[in-house]
Amino acid sequence: MTSLLDVKDLEVSFKTYGGEVKAVRGVDFHINQGEVLAIVGESGCGKSVTAQTIMGLLPKKVSMIKGGNVTFQGEEILGLPKKKMQKIKGSKIGLISQDPMTSLNPTMKIGSQIAETIKKHTDLPKYQIKNRTIELLGLVGIPNPEKRYSQYPHELSGGMRQRVLIAMALSCEPQLIIADEPTTALDVTIQAQILDLLKDLQQRLNTSILIITHDLGVVAEIAQRVSVMYAGKVIESGTVEEIFDNPKHPYTWGLLNSIPKYTNGEKERLVPIEGSPPDLFAPPAGCPFAPRCEYAMEICIGEMPDAKQISESHHAKCWLNDPRAPIVEGLVAAGRNE
Amino acid sequence: MYIIKRLFTMLVTIWVITTLTFIIMHSIPGDPFASDADVLPEEVLENMRAKFNLDEPMPVQYALYLKNLATLDLGPSIQSKTRDVNTLIADGFPASALLGIQSLVIALVFGLILGIIAALNRNGIIDYAAMAFAIIGISIPSFILAPLLIKYFAVDWGLLPVASWGTWLHTVLPSVALATAPLAIVARFMRSSMLEVMNQNYIKTADAKGLSTTGIVIKHGIRNALIPVISFIGPLAAFLLTGTFVIEKIFAIPGIGKYFVDSIFNRDYPVILGTTIFFSAILIITLFLVDISYRIVDPRIKLSSKGD
Repeated sequence: MTSLLDVKDLEVSFKTYGGEVKAVRGVDFHINQGEVLAIVGESGCGKSVTAQTIMGLLPKKVSMIKGGNVTFQGEEILGLPKKKMQKIKGSKIGLISQDPMTSLNPTMKIGSQIAETIKKHTDLPKYQIKNRTIELLGLVGIPNPEKRYSQYPHELSGGMRQRVLIAMALSCEPQLIIADEPTTALDVTIQAQILDLLKDLQQRLNTSILIITHDLGVVAEIAQRVSVMYAGKVIESGTVEEIFDNPKHPYTWGLLNSIPKYTNGEKERLVPIEGSPPDLFAPPAGCPFAPRCEYAMEICIGEMPDAKQISESHHAKCWLNDPRAPIVEGLVAAGRNE
Repeated sequence: MYIIKRLFTMLVTIWVITTLTFIIMHSIPGDPFASDADVLPEEVLENMRAKFNLDEPMPVQYALYLKNLATLDLGPSIQSKTRDVNTLIADGFPASALLGIQSLVIALVFGLILGIIAALNRNGIIDYAAMAFAIIGISIPSFILAPLLIKYFAVDWGLLPVASWGTWLHTVLPSVALATAPLAIVARFMRSSMLEVMNQNYIKTADAKGLSTTGIVIKHGIRNALIPVISFIGPLAAFLLTGTFVIEKIFAIPGIGKYFVDSIFNRDYPVILGTTIFFSAILIITLFLVDISYRIVDPRIKLSSKGD
């Protein structure tokens, strides 16, 4: 079975006055029909750039796609002519963007903002577009959709605006939705509502979702598979169970250790990952995490490991998984119990 | 409710301007008959002063003026024996207004288009050309541009009339001369506003919907970019109204500017007051219209009396 979206060896750089920033350095992942994949990583690891590259939203003047392939429904979409890409954007791939407060046009009614996507990609008559828009507003749980249709973004709360953006992304029933930090800008109770909504819609419509987040709580809530990114590379990927229960990369251990936990009713101190990510102007030759890794060996500095297969669906790029490496896993029962 | 409150504020503003002008005007040394004082006998001067109520104490003159103003009577002109101030304005204003409005339209239409094109071709040749033109346009004063336009378009190439007022063709050169500087300012303003808007997240949202670039610029870009530019239209209108004085002089246009300038030299008190009040009223009305158009462009702004 071929996957819906297949990203292979994607490399993206930005031109800056200081030189070339290698934001994405060989990213691989795929999403199957009806599946939810989460890309996790800290700020600046290249996860949003990856999403924007897929959507063709990178500013052309400063960005360079250095290599790789993005195949959507068996068709290469990287470097597709603008007109052809416009047919895919909004109709086959929908985007839910990061910041609901600034992602809606402040001078346009929200109904029209949703309707214009439908108008662009279908031949429906005007009144049907309007009906469909109102139906969508209801679908994403906006009360009073007829009235909301002709309101402006400033008349809606942040959570409502995020619902509008979701309705917009869903409007043409896309096969894939890319959700770039969909809950980051919202407060916690609204976050939970939005995640429930996404999960519910995903199951009802059998859409695939690529969700980008730095929040492992979000991952556990919604995703089936996870790719962990660090310094422009996917360093570990697997099913949610594999990543949470049997992580095989010290960075993933670190991430899991930095989630607040309650054990025996007592609050534990968070364990931060010391140090900061490498300079992407001159990324290291070896494993980018090596300088921060307490298990780093000599080889880690000099050479980036290939993906080691742990199980059919679980891969990790870490020398510790090499048969010759010392066994350290007993020391870190990461994220589970301690 | 907002409009009523606003109209009241406008009236108060006019009254303040009238009072200030009245005080400042009378504190200038000399009076309307100062130049005649050497040749005319004292009795004649007395009589003339009495005719225009200039012999009354200052507060009485002020009260009399306000009383007339309330009936929209701007009083007689001291210099022109045959026409009162209302007639002067009625005679001169149509030409000035046509000139001003025509320049405003030229400045806005071409300025906005130039700014948008420059922004969309940021750091390209068109952008540099447009901004070079804008800098030249801002730097060259209209009283230098006007003679140059006359020399080339009227004298050397004979395309348009040199000066004076008559057919519509007569209005072309003065309108262009007057519009150039504001056009350049509008273009620069619109360019920076447009650049800012095109970097906003909602433009990215529009792009992600698969809209065409033209669609994004027209539906999502321009309207938002206009908001800061609108605030500039009020001062721009003021600039065009006062700017007409120079242009009217150069092109020998029978507009209102001539009377305004002459009246100051002649201490023609009613004309000074009348034209000042008239210009202020126009400006205040323009600003009011600008505020209303804000509401049309930006739905976030509500016309309310709160926060005034």
